Amino acid sequence: MTKQVGTGDSVLTILDAVSFDIAEGESVAVVGASGSGKTTLLGLLAGLDLPSAGEVTLAGQGLNALDEDGRAALRGATVGFVFQSFQLLASLTALENVMLPLELAGHAEPRATAMELLRRVGLEARVQHYPRQLSGGEQQRVAIARAFSGPPRILFADEPTGNLDAATGREIADLMFDLNRERGTTLILVTHDEGLSHRCARRLRLAGGRLIADERDRAAA
Amino acid sequence: MGARLLARDFRAGELRVMALSIVLAVASFTTVAFFADRVKSALTQEASQLLGADLVVVSDRPIGDDVRSAATRLARATTETVRFPSMVSAGDASLLVEIKAISTGYPLAGRLRIAGADGTAVDRRAGPPSGKVWLDERAMARLGVGIGAQLAVGEKTFLVSGRTAEDPEAAIGFLNMMPRLLLDAGDLEATKLIQPGSRVTYRLMLAGTPERLGAFREAVWKGIGPGQRLEDVRDARPEIRSALERAERFLGLASLLSVVLAAVAVALAARRYAQRHVDNCAVLRALGASRAYTVAVHAWQIGLVGLVAGCAGAAIGFGAQAGLASLLAPIVQVPLPLPGIEPALQGIAAGFVMLLGFALPPLAALGRVPALRVLRRDVGMPAGISWAGYAAGFGAVAALVYWHTRDARMASIVLGGIVAAGVVSGLVAAVLVRVAAAAGRRAGFAWRFGLANLSRRTVATVVQVVALGVGLLALMLLSITRGDLLDSWRQSLPPDAPNRFLVNIQPDQAEAVQAFLATEGLTQAKLFPMVRARLTDINGKKISSASFTEDRARRLVDREFNLSWSERPQVDNVIEQGEWWSGPKPAGQFSMEKGIADSLGIRVGDVLGYDVAGQRLEAPVTSLRKVEWDSFRVNFFVVSPPGLLETYPATYVTSFHLPTERSAVMDQLVKRFPNLLVIDVAAILQQVQLMMGHVVRAVEYLFLFSLLAGLLVLFAALQSTHDERLREAAILRTLGAASRQIAKAHAAEFLLVGTLAGIFAALGASGIGLLLAREVLNVPYTVGAGVWIVGILAGAIGVLVAGQLGTRQAVHVSPVEALRRG
Repeated sequence: MTKQVGTGDSVLTILDAVSFDIAEGESVAVVGASGSGKTTLLGLLAGLDLPSAGEVTLAGQGLNALDEDGRAALRGATVGFVFQSFQLLASLTALENVMLPLELAGHAEPRATAMELLRRVGLEARVQHYPRQLSGGEQQRVAIARAFSGPPRILFADEPTGNLDAATGREIADLMFDLNRERGTTLILVTHDEGLSHRCARRLRLAGGRLIADERDRAAA
Repeated sequence: MGARLLARDFRAGELRVMALSIVLAVASFTTVAFFADRVKSALTQEASQLLGADLVVVSDRPIGDDVRSAATRLARATTETVRFPSMVSAGDASLLVEIKAISTGYPLAGRLRIAGADGTAVDRRAGPPSGKVWLDERAMARLGVGIGAQLAVGEKTFLVSGRTAEDPEAAIGFLNMMPRLLLDAGDLEATKLIQPGSRVTYRLMLAGTPERLGAFREAVWKGIGPGQRLEDVRDARPEIRSALERAERFLGLASLLSVVLAAVAVALAARRYAQRHVDNCAVLRALGASRAYTVAVHAWQIGLVGLVAGCAGAAIGFGAQAGLASLLAPIVQVPLPLPGIEPALQGIAAGFVMLLGFALPPLAALGRVPALRVLRRDVGMPAGISWAGYAAGFGAVAALVYWHTRDARMASIVLGGIVAAGVVSGLVAAVLVRVAAAAGRRAGFAWRFGLANLSRRTVATVVQVVALGVGLLALMLLSITRGDLLDSWRQSLPPDAPNRFLVNIQPDQAEAVQAFLATEGLTQAKLFPMVRARLTDINGKKISSASFTEDRARRLVDREFNLSWSERPQVDNVIEQGEWWSGPKPAGQFSMEKGIADSLGIRVGDVLGYDVAGQRLEAPVTSLRKVEWDSFRVNFFVVSPPGLLETYPATYVTSFHLPTERSAVMDQLVKRFPNLLVIDVAAILQQVQLMMGHVVRAVEYLFLFSLLAGLLVLFAALQSTHDERLREAAILRTLGAASRQIAKAHAAEFLLVGTLAGIFAALGASGIGLLLAREVLNVPYTVGAGVWIVGILAGAIGVLVAGQLGTRQAVHVSPVEALRRG
């Protein structure tokens, strides 16, 4: 797939004919320098945006054939997200934030499921707190609980430890990989942290919008 | 630099809201200012035309020879008029008119234009020939007569020979509701209408140079007694001037409501503007710009916006005042000259005062943005809005209120009212929001999310609810509550409440009139004696209108009182202090109405001195009464026991209920007793309601600005949460929300804000209605369902539509924004 954006008179190519497959259950890190197109690639893979040329197939479904609401429904059913800046909704409590995807999908027992996940990420004592009352690490735990509430077949993570100090970042990464293993989720992780990328079994290296390397470990991490 | 920033910032939106707010505030302000300016210049330019002379001696008794001879000696020209109310009849129709007898030379200034049978109007400088009268259009229409008709005026029959097209003293019909008849002074005697007790105004009119008229003033000043005054071009039509001033104040305060609301929108927009410019300022500071420069770059922008918006607002105000003038045209019956430029300048200045008070404080804070922010995002605006900011805003509003009222006491009452209303309404709205949010926690996603948004931004929500609610409240108060109140009042009057007053019944007619009424079955009509007297002293201390500061007291002292006597108090009177007389031969004493006693500062035990037709009468006040004026029964301010007043010249008065279908009875009565005055209460009430209708529509017109200002506050508030909404919508979309679900969450939010604003407006309108009913009108009042239905529907639907329009972008935001904005 290719992604171009118009900037006034010129056209900027952000992703240039990138092509690959990710199998169910794989853990993949997308790595590269700042501006290499990592985040754009993630957006295309998750159906948040459409490529200028080419096609993305997510969980067996071609995304070009769907409108934005159709893609939203597919995301709600199959995808979880963890963002660098947490992206919790400030007007909702931790519990309500985790319940949100369940409610949007019309889940029968959103409260019980959300409570269970918050217990799993160690926040059972803080379920009624608002995001602004939580530390960065705690907020990312809520975001991870929210991402796994679906439960998703694929988890997208965009620099999940980028806004955290080293020690907290490690804890969060541990939590994320543990949950991923437990639930057999496919993981696609965007990072420029080499250490973090090596916890994935496969690494896609981007530079200048091109895929320059596709490295696979012999044994899964 | 400022210019480049300006173009970009204008697209960003806050400046647009700020500009629109200023446009609206200035438009609302100048609409009233332009209109007032036109009326004022009409009054000044045409003062001598209105007066019909350069100087007039006004008196309630024939003007003395010493004054007349001084006038002849010093003035270039003089003439006289005599005015009084009387019934006239043509065929079976009769009508209460003002009769004005004029002499040769009238008018000394201005134009008297009389149209003949062919419709062409000619200037006249004298009254009609003997045996003829001129009627104005209103009198002709209501009597159903035209030129050539016969008209009975008192004991003489006249021929209607012309229609009054223009008459100086009638040029402004403000509060002047009686149709008018002109006749020659020489014919007055033959009508036999002027009798003791008649309410007659004598006017001696003078024209001349200012010096000689000044000398005339000097000469007669000492001889001017109670019930007499001098009017010149400076104080022409003082009653009109003060009525207009009151109207201007009232309209001005109505326009101020939109100014205050617009100020809230400016404050919200300015805050967001400042927040969005924090990064710019940090970079400027890091590159070495001084604080002053940093602030100046932005202040320049806002100043330019203020100037352009102010001019646009003044232009709109100029257009809108034409609407106001046409709404009030039936009341101000004078051609209005074009307004001057001054109101526009005042309006633009008011716009700047608003900017200074509400936009400058957050702007000034930009100068304190630390340069360190270029490195550390967490260092931002210096904390919060300072108290100085609030003080500046309050100062700005106070300045505008004072400017409008020009009266420190009134200004502080209005300001206090604004503050109290703001606090109370803020609390009420806050409680409403909390209750709604708590209730909504159990509902589905859309409701819960929408409500959570509201309760998290409680302050912003409260501001929106109050601003929209106030705009709605103002409109409802005038449209719905006014109607409800009038209905309640009408229902509170018994169906057989007196609707006709009969005055000026001479003593020798009393028996015949009573017999006439009895044969017509109007037996409830009891005749009350009435003696006209002038209050000259209280406890031996001479008084005049100059002894009092209150308007009402001055007017009361200036005119004659009607005294009456009675053995027992009227059935609706309640003695509040002192005691009513008893016994076979009570001593001379007075019972006074409480309201007038309060106005004049009279208490039980005070001794009042009266001048009755030149004779002195003195007696103490022994009781104060409360009178139900609404009952339309005959009542008197001052009553004495029988035995005190019988020797003075008296007339009689009565009131009774005459069914509508029998109104012809009055025409017969007037034919038999031509000097009687029949006052038709229903017709007067109708007239007053008509006048009120015009004023109310004018105020409603101004309140439309308030509603628009309320909507601007909503837009400013939406805008201040715009970035956050976009971000949240993007997150929701990544989590799988359909655009429909996001729109539903927004709808829930707006529906609630609108409903709360509606409830707030309905609550306010009913509350004010109840208060008016209880304290002012004294009637039982049940709040109609209309207030609630209209309030809530209008609020909910209006805000829903406006809100959806304002958040379209957030509903359709691409989810990839969530990643970018991370």
